[in-house]
Amino acid sequence: MKNLKHIKYVLTENPITFGSVILFLLFILTAIFGPLLIPFDPLASDTENALNPPSALHWFGTDQLGRDVFSRVVVATRLDLFIALVAVILSFVVGSILGSLAGYYGGWTDRIVGRFLDTIMAFPLFVLAMAIVAALGNTIENIVYATAIINLPFYARVARAEVNVLRNSPFVEAALVSGNSHMKLLCFQIFPNAMPPMMVQLSLNMGWAILNAAGLSFIGLGVKPPDAEWGIMVAEGANYIISGEWWVALFPGAVLMLAVFCFNLLGDGLRDIFDPRKRS
Amino acid sequence: MLQTLRIISGRLLQAIPAILGIIIVTFFLTRALPGDPAVYFAGPAADAESIAEIRHELGLDKPLPSQFLIYLQDLYQGDLGMSIGTGRPVIEELGRRLPASIELTLCALVFAISIAIPLGLLSATRPDTWIDHLTRMIVTMGVSLPTFFTGLFFIYIFYYLLGIAPSPLGRLDFIYLSPPHVTGFYLIDSLIDGDWEVFFASLSQLILPSITLGLFVLAPLARMTRASMLQVLSSDFIRTAKANGLPRRKILMTYAFRNALLPILTTMGMVFSFLLGSNVLVEKVFAWPGIGSFAIEALIASDYAAVQCFVLAMAILYVFLNLMIDVIYTLVDPRIKLSG
Repeated sequence: MKNLKHIKYVLTENPITFGSVILFLLFILTAIFGPLLIPFDPLASDTENALNPPSALHWFGTDQLGRDVFSRVVVATRLDLFIALVAVILSFVVGSILGSLAGYYGGWTDRIVGRFLDTIMAFPLFVLAMAIVAALGNTIENIVYATAIINLPFYARVARAEVNVLRNSPFVEAALVSGNSHMKLLCFQIFPNAMPPMMVQLSLNMGWAILNAAGLSFIGLGVKPPDAEWGIMVAEGANYIISGEWWVALFPGAVLMLAVFCFNLLGDGLRDIFDPRKRS
Repeated sequence: MLQTLRIISGRLLQAIPAILGIIIVTFFLTRALPGDPAVYFAGPAADAESIAEIRHELGLDKPLPSQFLIYLQDLYQGDLGMSIGTGRPVIEELGRRLPASIELTLCALVFAISIAIPLGLLSATRPDTWIDHLTRMIVTMGVSLPTFFTGLFFIYIFYYLLGIAPSPLGRLDFIYLSPPHVTGFYLIDSLIDGDWEVFFASLSQLILPSITLGLFVLAPLARMTRASMLQVLSSDFIRTAKANGLPRRKILMTYAFRNALLPILTTMGMVFSFLLGSNVLVEKVFAWPGIGSFAIEALIASDYAAVQCFVLAMAILYVFLNLMIDVIYTLVDPRIKLSG
């Protein structure tokens, strides 16, 4: 109850966070119901009406094959959010397991996990993602894996730091002497307490994961052409920018930007909610 | 001094496991690349026998561990293999293109620093005012912009609509000859040559891609500047300085900012990770002849050696940059010398 009150306080106090929550819900609804509501088939080409500017019929205009850009942008929402969400959840789960183990047991576990994470962080992350997708093969699945791998260190580090502090706290010692196993302690006593900072990371990373996936498909990795995805739509539209057909690239790019912006603002807002120093 | 040297060499040693890790990862990643280079080299008319022969020649029929040893040996000799696309050593090709990428990255960095630090200072001296909120909005927007998208729209606005930017095709308009090669940086080379026209021509080509790239890293820089300035401004020595009636400007710039610089320096690692990564995208958008666009071509052609070399070069460059940041940190922060 107190939490709810606090959430309400943060939402009403900061209109920006409130706006980003609304926007977030809008994106989720679009991802779920969008494909049912679109006016045109996103894959149906109509070469007679290729590269038409935005009009009452085609709100975002049509692309080089006469496909309706609006329908494609809407349909792409599901794919982009899906890639980012699965990737972020995957790295959240694997990262928190690795980080918790390293933080709890210390010693060799910590050193091995640390080395592994350092190796990932030794690469410029987007370059590593490129190499992973190129090596594993050009599929959506592999974009998810690549994005998950490059996000892994962030979760693992936060988890490690939190667990490391919590394992020495009195309530953990109390739970240990009352006969709980280490695993039980880690899962039910320590980890739930390490959650808040991880949640903030989750939202901040969503935006970054979307950007990353779109960037990969922009350079031709991952999603393949007839499919609608924001990054690849911008790439297709790029060829028409210098001849003045701006709408093909603008709309998917702008929606992509809006989605990332929304998640970044949401992350900031969540930080305010979870940050105890801001609680009054 | 000896102390500092010892700390620096300690840092250098710490980079070795990272480089080893990089080499192992790149090796396995590129061995997994789809497409068989032996088939490619053998040409379309080759039969199974000649493909097998070429595979043997390339060492591709050996087990992975021995392939890795051969790879290490080649690396040691500076032999990174031939590019399938150009038929020339990849390292030569990358070396030729590297200055273009570095020039672009550095210009972006200069742009980002010169915008982000004043913004950070501005919001740190006026926390929780509308100026603070506005800068926070601006930098969040910057980090939310997909670099490839921003680049395209800069081209649309400044080249297509306004006509004030040069055509987004590489480092120099085709009416100019590139300056005589000294450093590979066109800005510096044209100055050495004393050719102002080429200098301004290459500068004007650089502006849009650098801004595109720089916008993306405004956020970490500005946020860190704000946070670390706020922390310094609330410390005792600033209060003392204020109580002694020192001018505001002197307090801010001489005492506060210099102390706030250190945490800003630590974010540079992340800034470089962002810069080098999105470099690839920006180079594609602006047809910039750097190593990023080379890598994209190589990826599409599944060109083994070229991709491997690119990833390796990027990672080593990044490790090197991180090392430099560490070394500068050691040199700047007197406390490290005392405790280390």
